Amino acid sequence: MESPARSWRSYPQRYRLEAAKCSGCGKVLFPPRLTCPNCHGREFTQATLPRDGRVVAPTVIHVPPQGFKEHAPYAIAVVELKNGVRVMVQVADMTDPGELAVGDPVHLEFRRIREDGEAGLIFYGHKAIRD
Amino acid sequence: MREVAIIGVGMIDWGELWGKSLREIWAEAALAALDDAGIDRVDLITVGCMSPGLFVGQEHLASLLADEIGMAGVASTRVESACASGSLAFRAGFAEVAAGLSDLVLVTGVEKMTDVDGADATYALGTAADQELEGFHGITFPGLYAMMARVHMAHHGTTSRQLAAVAAKNHANGLLNPHAQYHMRVSIDDVLGSTMVADPLHLLDCSPITDGAAAVVLAPLDKAKDHVGNRTVVKVAGSGLATDTIALANREDLARLRAVELAAERAYVMAGRRPSDIHVAEVHDCFTIAEIMATEALGFFEPGEGGPAAERGLTALGDRLPINPSGGLKSKGHPVGATGVAQIAEITLQLLGKAGQRQVEGARVGLTQNMGGSGGSSTVHILEAV
Amino acid sequence: MSIGIVGYGSFIPRRRIKLEEIAKVWGADAASYKRGLQLHEKSVPGKDEDTITMAVEAGRRALVRSGGVNPSAIGAVYVGSESHPYAVKPSGTVVAEALGITPEAHVGDLEFACKAGTESMYLAYSLVKAGEVGYALGIGADTSQGAPGDALEYSTAAGAAAFIFGSDEERIVAEVVATYSWTTDTPDFWRRSQMHYPRHGSRYTGEPAYFRHITSSAAGIMERAGFKPEDFAFAVFHQPNGKFPVRVGKRLGFTTKQMEPGWLSPWLGNTYSGASPIGLTASFDVAKPGDLILITSFGSGAGSDSFIFRMTDRITAVQALAPLTRMQLDNDKIYVDYGTYAKLRGKIRMGE
Repeated sequence: MESPARSWRSYPQRYRLEAAKCSGCGKVLFPPRLTCPNCHGREFTQATLPRDGRVVAPTVIHVPPQGFKEHAPYAIAVVELKNGVRVMVQVADMTDPGELAVGDPVHLEFRRIREDGEAGLIFYGHKAIRD
Repeated sequence: MREVAIIGVGMIDWGELWGKSLREIWAEAALAALDDAGIDRVDLITVGCMSPGLFVGQEHLASLLADEIGMAGVASTRVESACASGSLAFRAGFAEVAAGLSDLVLVTGVEKMTDVDGADATYALGTAADQELEGFHGITFPGLYAMMARVHMAHHGTTSRQLAAVAAKNHANGLLNPHAQYHMRVSIDDVLGSTMVADPLHLLDCSPITDGAAAVVLAPLDKAKDHVGNRTVVKVAGSGLATDTIALANREDLARLRAVELAAERAYVMAGRRPSDIHVAEVHDCFTIAEIMATEALGFFEPGEGGPAAERGLTALGDRLPINPSGGLKSKGHPVGATGVAQIAEITLQLLGKAGQRQVEGARVGLTQNMGGSGGSSTVHILEAV
Repeated sequence: MSIGIVGYGSFIPRRRIKLEEIAKVWGADAASYKRGLQLHEKSVPGKDEDTITMAVEAGRRALVRSGGVNPSAIGAVYVGSESHPYAVKPSGTVVAEALGITPEAHVGDLEFACKAGTESMYLAYSLVKAGEVGYALGIGADTSQGAPGDALEYSTAAGAAAFIFGSDEERIVAEVVATYSWTTDTPDFWRRSQMHYPRHGSRYTGEPAYFRHITSSAAGIMERAGFKPEDFAFAVFHQPNGKFPVRVGKRLGFTTKQMEPGWLSPWLGNTYSGASPIGLTASFDVAKPGDLILITSFGSGAGSDSFIFRMTDRITAVQALAPLTRMQLDNDKIYVDYGTYAKLRGKIRMGE
């Protein structure tokens, strides 16, 4: 599980979907980096990811990892957001997660991702919901 | 650059080796390789091991193991690239001999995965994925490959039956490998009927958790030739290494394994060879879909043709291009750091005509492809009998 | 200077459980519970939903309806709930961080059974009125729990409502005309510190608690502000079940037509700190410029907060900008059985 510091460092991305836009080539990086993988530029401006997108690569996890046992089976997918940036997120609120298909439109909602047992921290982030 | 030869091979029985520690299984394989090479001293030891820290609480492994076989003082290094650790340990050894830094190198791979429970083993394997972008959201290893499978199926029409055909083939081959973890026949229907792990991958589409080790010995080719005279020697003709993004969200095309394509290109160029020159290959089938995608990335089949090829039996023993005659990760087992070295061992035996019941007739040029995580790294080697 | 709501939003989880499903397990007579409580089904939060997640989404919707209020201009955030995810560590800071309101803000969590939401609203309003901050966000959110087999299990539900208060005339959609709170120490419902489920005084929670406080607060605000029931387009009361709000409303002189848009409990259940606030958002969703709306909450322990709002011309422009409350209540529902409900609500003893 994550330490408080590690979780807290990720808030701008997990809570607010903050990204960086390369001043050189316009590529949006999520999470931000020190150098642009596209043009190797070093200057960036702040950007926020849009919350609408489409499913690119779905699957349903039937055998979950530690910390996710109570959620299984759940859908998880690579989603391409409206600005072209892709993220991996769970797809929540599905009666039959197997129905999730490539191309399904989704939007992101703030959700509880995991918690460190009964006494540890709670970690928040975003999940996708089918439109 | 000097030419490099493989002069000894050491393999042990793989499986759930409750009675043996990491040191023991490693030492067994290491000594077997040294004995096979007829030597008792080396200039360098390389150790491929993904996560001794998480699996057995032990780091600083290279030094520990050098001492274990009485070689404290010898140069020793541990190499890691998730499931590609073994082949990277091989490449590290190859590079030193090729560069003239070492003459005799003991290349090893080992992983002891059963001292932790399933959940902890899964966690350790999961560290090969991007923790922030993927692990945080609850992805699993099978989940990552399942996503690639769904995209491959959507692009190319690859079917679950085609995936299952890979598992059936590799289990059939494993029956002929005395060292394999599993000796059982598995049918396509058995695969399709097994529990769903991550849609569309069933339990029998996935490689197992295994304890195991493997080792080979490298020497300069001209010295090896002096030693064996007219007998066949296996040389390392080509070596290629490449990376790709770890996070699937950052990949350009989820139906392709770019790291494998690049590593293969580099190996083919070094060896002066093409895909059609390869007689036999050991490919990284951590999941059935991985073998299909790898065979396409290696240039054996056109994109989208890997599934039909497996279904038609083109990659079975005795057919056009036998893939994973050892049984692959699927039935031989997948002790993560050892796999890459075991692939080299298998192809070496094939090229020397020593593969017993699973011998590929007339094999003179072989290829190994080892891969880390969901394709974030890959190493390809081309070996030739000379 | 007028102070009012510049943006509002609600969030209702998608899952539901029908009353019959619960009654079946405990061998209770579903039909008589349905009649007695006037409840059909209630909302159920997913394992990945809690007071904080719902508060964030309701808060986002309030920001959307505010038509461009910069989150960093919001100077205070209050989250009222009786199911804050942490006993110690505020929900408000997560909400403020997620909405981009930090770091220049005053943030606090509130608790007062079912009226913690209107408390947040009152504090937010008062801070803006005092000129301390330009905008303040007040939220009521709950994922309330009822003991297995207890009467409360039929009604305890989940939902959130958020209101941004401000003083910029062009933005206000609902102007605050009056406020009035009526509070006593009345032990009708409580939960001791380490206990899992609350306890209540059965029939004592009726007349001496719910009815006495709502009636006093609602009658009180109308008298002080000089209004009669017929002056109002809508009236929203705390709704622990379907029956009580209608009974208290009628006693006060309101018609079912006036209470109808804000009367959600038969299909939503009791969302505690979200209850009357969510009813208020449902009324805002259908209100017209000039409409007067009364809201009177009730929190056990006990107290009632009343507000009178007058809708402005801007309300019609913002209603459709975010999901309407009634639409969330009626559409895309996912029904669960009792076993799933028990698993989702943590009522099953898991291994260590």
